[in-house]
Amino acid sequence: MKIGIVCPYSWDVPGGVQFHIRDLAEHLIGLGHEVSVLAPADDETPLPPYVVSAGRAVPVPYNGSVARLNFGFLSAARVRRWLHDGTFDVIHIHEPTSPSLGLLACWAAQGPIVATFHTSNPKSRAMIAAYPILQPALEKISARIAVSEYARRTLVEHLGGDAVVIPNGVDVDFFAKAEPKAQWQGRTIGFIGRIDEPRKGLPVLMRALPKILAECPDARLLVAGRGDEEEAVASLPKEMRGRVEFLGMVSDEDKARLLRSVDLYVAPNTGGESFGIILVEAMSAGAAVLASDLDAFAQVLDQGSAGELFANEEADALASAAVRLLGDPERLAELRLKGSAHVRRFDWSTVAADILSVYETVTDGAASVDTDERSGLRARFGLARD
Amino acid sequence: MTATLIWIVVALFAIGLYLSWTAGRLDRLHARIDASRAALDAQLLRRASVTQELATSGVLDPAASILLYQAAHAARQAEEDHREVAESELSQALRAVFGETAQVEAVKEAPGGEDAAGELAAAVRRVPMARRFHNDSVRAARALRRHRKVRWFRLAGHAPFPLAFEMDDEPPVALADRPGS
Repeated sequence: MKIGIVCPYSWDVPGGVQFHIRDLAEHLIGLGHEVSVLAPADDETPLPPYVVSAGRAVPVPYNGSVARLNFGFLSAARVRRWLHDGTFDVIHIHEPTSPSLGLLACWAAQGPIVATFHTSNPKSRAMIAAYPILQPALEKISARIAVSEYARRTLVEHLGGDAVVIPNGVDVDFFAKAEPKAQWQGRTIGFIGRIDEPRKGLPVLMRALPKILAECPDARLLVAGRGDEEEAVASLPKEMRGRVEFLGMVSDEDKARLLRSVDLYVAPNTGGESFGIILVEAMSAGAAVLASDLDAFAQVLDQGSAGELFANEEADALASAAVRLLGDPERLAELRLKGSAHVRRFDWSTVAADILSVYETVTDGAASVDTDERSGLRARFGLARD
Repeated sequence: MTATLIWIVVALFAIGLYLSWTAGRLDRLHARIDASRAALDAQLLRRASVTQELATSGVLDPAASILLYQAAHAARQAEEDHREVAESELSQALRAVFGETAQVEAVKEAPGGEDAAGELAAAVRRVPMARRFHNDSVRAARALRRHRKVRWFRLAGHAPFPLAFEMDDEPPVALADRPGS
């Protein structure tokens, strides 16, 4: 099958959506499909052979932060050329509502279009204003995929219609086979995420830490992620700061080894999560997971059966759950076992098979993807040249 | 005077262009409904055929075989207005027979059973998928057709008002589970 994938965000900048697309494309190529990924990228960045650059993304303020987006005449032309040259059986657009390549591709293409909605943004004012423009593009999508039941719900509320839920994929064996590191073992709690991003929840964990250390004085907290380390421990009493170890940014290998080593992985995120890939990675590595009870997390953890949940933003609840778990090796082992079994459904082999069945469902009896000539003004007067 | 006339012509032209564009949009939506309906038909037929194959293969016990054969046959032969009910009954029959993992294991042990079980699992998973995509396209077309501009200018022509396909498509627990879980 010839598959075209559209990535809305810059390939040079690491991010969840980019990683997802990279892994999906590589997995599909491994299965013998022809895959081409259209992504914004600087011209000098080395790209994998399956990625086609759509030009440089322009940083613009959008939706409260600076986003790197592609738009305008030149990008639209590149999208059309890619569609025309590719003769894809199906194109898979990620984040079709972001004002970038996804929307351009949706606008320019006709034929079987699959779209994945990753984020569950609250309805923004720009979206409401752009709705009449967005709708004609979005209604071309033949199949919508949401990454979680939560993302699906917001999608249905905001745009109407329906979507199938296919979770994000993880290479489970990569994590399951990582070698634990001795210096990270022995009553350790793990946290991975941006230190200076409050929504990742490190402040909640810091508030809970004194209580945890009071009950388990030999426990250690390992923090991997970018940010100001001194500011992060500022709220802790001086004598406890030594129990927190900062590892900085870690490589994928070290992340897997860290997750393999810790006794307990804590995800105290306070919001803004539509899936929770880190929990899946932690479970793949066989770490016992304790997470805040966000909708998305509760779903990934099977409503608390594959990992424990605590009331969001409640440092006391986090502390008592952590103390109880650290003092109960049997429960930790049980969580480990349950997590490892549960996480198989997020393995790429399963997830890619599901995505492929979506492709096959929409391509059954449909023509291949091409540029949508009807949207051109020339075509309406019969002036379109081929 | 001429200026007003020119403006009127320009406005009429713009309205005409907009209406023609909307008609194109509607046409595309109708084509999408046809495609998704064909895909749904294909998945339903595939599910019924695999079920019938299993029912006649002698892998299952006689009671389950008759039950499945009957339901699959009825689903395949159903008239259009009875189809949703017949397909729902097939879903119920499949749930009744494949409610237990042990039954699926028994099918897998038979010669060629591994493939048959895999095909049935794929079929029961794809039916809800195809149905969701179909109903989504129906909803999009309905939303546009209810709009004033479409009703007043009869842009939909004689195309029938699209109907959603409503059925019970809950897959059996033992087959819906992903491998390894």
